[in-house]
Amino acid sequence: MAKVIVNGEIVENTWQRLTSEELDQQDVPAEGAVIVPLAYWLAHRDALLERAAPVGVCLEPGEEPADLAADLPALPLVAVNFPAFKDGRGYSYARELRTRYGFEGEVRAVGDVLQDQLFYMHRVGFNAFEVRADRDIEEALNGLRPFSVTYQGDAHDERPIYRRQSA
Amino acid sequence: MYVYQDYDQRLLEERVAQYRDQTRRYLAGQLSEDEFLALRLQNGLYIQRYAPMMRISVPYGMLNSTQVRKLASITRDYDKGFCHVSTRQNIQLNWPELADTPDILAELASVQMHAIQTSGNCIRNITTDEYAGVNPREIEDPRPWCEVIRQWATFNPEFAYLPRKFKIAVNAVPDADPALIGVHDIGVQIVHDHNGETGFQVWAGGGLGRTPMTGEVIGEFVAWPDLLAYLEAILRVYNKYGNRDNKYKARIKILVKALGADKFRELAEAEFAELKGGAMTLTRDEVARIKACFVDPDYRTDVDTSALRNALDEHRAFNRWYHTNTRAHKKDGYRSVTLTLKKTGRIPGDITDEQLEDVADLADRYAFSEVRTTHQQNMVLADVAEDELYELWRQLDALGFATPNLGLITDIVSCPGGDLCALANAKSVPIAEGIQRQFDDLDFVHDLGPLDVNISGCMNACGHHHIGHIGILGVDKKGKEFYQITLGGRGDRQSRIGEKMGPSFESHEVTSVIGKIISVYLDNRLENEPFISTYERIGMDPFKEVVYG
Ligand code: HEM
Ligand code: SF4
Repeated sequence: MAKVIVNGEIVENTWQRLTSEELDQQDVPAEGAVIVPLAYWLAHRDALLERAAPVGVCLEPGEEPADLAADLPALPLVAVNFPAFKDGRGYSYARELRTRYGFEGEVRAVGDVLQDQLFYMHRVGFNAFEVRADRDIEEALNGLRPFSVTYQGDAHDERPIYRRQSA
Repeated sequence: MYVYQDYDQRLLEERVAQYRDQTRRYLAGQLSEDEFLALRLQNGLYIQRYAPMMRISVPYGMLNSTQVRKLASITRDYDKGFCHVSTRQNIQLNWPELADTPDILAELASVQMHAIQTSGNCIRNITTDEYAGVNPREIEDPRPWCEVIRQWATFNPEFAYLPRKFKIAVNAVPDADPALIGVHDIGVQIVHDHNGETGFQVWAGGGLGRTPMTGEVIGEFVAWPDLLAYLEAILRVYNKYGNRDNKYKARIKILVKALGADKFRELAEAEFAELKGGAMTLTRDEVARIKACFVDPDYRTDVDTSALRNALDEHRAFNRWYHTNTRAHKKDGYRSVTLTLKKTGRIPGDITDEQLEDVADLADRYAFSEVRTTHQQNMVLADVAEDELYELWRQLDALGFATPNLGLITDIVSCPGGDLCALANAKSVPIAEGIQRQFDDLDFVHDLGPLDVNISGCMNACGHHHIGHIGILGVDKKGKEFYQITLGGRGDRQSRIGEKMGPSFESHEVTSVIGKIISVYLDNRLENEPFISTYERIGMDPFKEVVYG
């Protein structure tokens, strides 16, 4: 099974992510944790909530975290897709999920997820990373902590450095 | 200047280590071109026509003499012995080796310098008036606010992969725009409310490059504690909604224009309402800590100006330089001196390693060890006592830094163009040189009065041609170098985009066209009327008739 970084540890990935193309062809399997697209979630919320196994939702660039806000208490996981690492919209989505909506479940980065972006991703609120399959996930772990100093607040501690220092 | 705390220094050192590892992985084939590209750009490294180009950050244009000496040694040890002052107050190296760049960054870090976020799609160097803190017309010193913004922007995790680059400028002069806030992604105008409390009028959506435009006022009055929350709100709206499909439509100016200022403001204000009063609200203590880094130097109170008066009477060349290249200072007995890096035949803004050392020595001797870079590609010694001006002038003159042409037709702002830049349509440096040679009579140049000439080698507009009173843009016509001319741009009192004259010219025609434009001005000007005012009074047509007639 594929690996994923969750809370700084490399673990088995127990979630299956289904794309809208796949969901055009098949139903959500009865068993196992699944991640579905936002549109699918909005259309099938009640049925999905009936499932015994957990359901998470994946946001694509261009979609609004606000559309998920009301459902967040019922969700254990929100994934944010990065079709290309240079598309930085997902950073704002994670920050909104954590800081504005107070989401405490897993926020997972999926797609073009690479070592050199993990630190910033972590700071805006991602705690899980599906590192791109052709990269060494052990190496990628090094990307989580290149800096011991940060000037501005983030999803973990909203205080800027001068407030943290004097506290 | 801002004085580093332990943590500022640690951050720089960690950055060097991170970049060293990234460069190693790239050279070992573990990072693709594209992946490394985004990382090296955020460390100032472009790959250029002949070699990498490295852009070193000079936050709001402030350097101390130790830093200037370090730049000199880097320029000597890692490059060909000269570097370039850019139109955003940064310093560029043209020929460093990729493999050396981690060492260059380590050298910079040893003097509290870096190349962080000097290119790439992130928040770039914060710029301001080159006379900040000594300008008698400013309502307060803008530099502490620049530093507040710099710290918020540095490694801001949410805004490192924006749709496009993002430039912020701060201005504290009420009736002029020396920081060009009107053509920045965000422009911050410092204002005071009726109680004298500082606040900010926040502009967004200006920019040059392709589709130049001036910004719109988005925040009419943002109270000082809310500055960062307001900027964060604008950046978040831009990060979420800016165009990412087409890089020519990706700047915030296109978003502001597409939505309209009202809709953009509504989105930004909604975001701001969420952030206002939160943990990023600035505190009096922190602002006071930063302001304490920008206190006045030990100005002398015994400056004797009688010798200056005599020298001004006796030395015509000194007199001319004094009136052209020095300007009033907030402190009696002091003036700010601009060193023009525009000697004919040299790339505008270029300076050699030895000259950098000379400038550092002069700064130590005459100007409290401080040097500034300007967006007109010059350097400034901001605090010089009037009774030392004559002596300083003699030395500057010997070094070739006293050409008395600040703000005149030969003080040309130009990008490196086709001689160095891979994106160029045309060369720009020989055009600058041609104009400088044509106008080599100083009396005539002075008679022409203030005149901004700006040259860019392509529509990326690094030379700010849109805001030149006369703007020259290199264009490509069937593989040949042509130049398009605009008139009436402004980057002085307000920012305004110049108007195209008409069909473009071949390179050998440019100087004679400039000569004709000048002749129309001379024939039409009223007494003491500068070029730009004549243009605004008589319009484009008389110029066109003579140039194309
Ligand atoms: C030598 C290689 C250089 C390259 C490849 C380069 C590349 C670019 C590009 C692609 C843009 C346009 C970005 C956009 O429109 O969004 C740009 C803009 C700009 N560059 Fe350069 N540049 C170079 C050198 C310089 C130099 C030497 C200066 C300073 C003299 C400079 C100052 C600027 C400025 C001020 C802008 C911004 C104009 C605006 O506000 O849109 N660049 N550059
Ligand atoms: S304006 Fe064009 S030619 Fe000049 S430096 Fe910028 S990108 Fe190069």
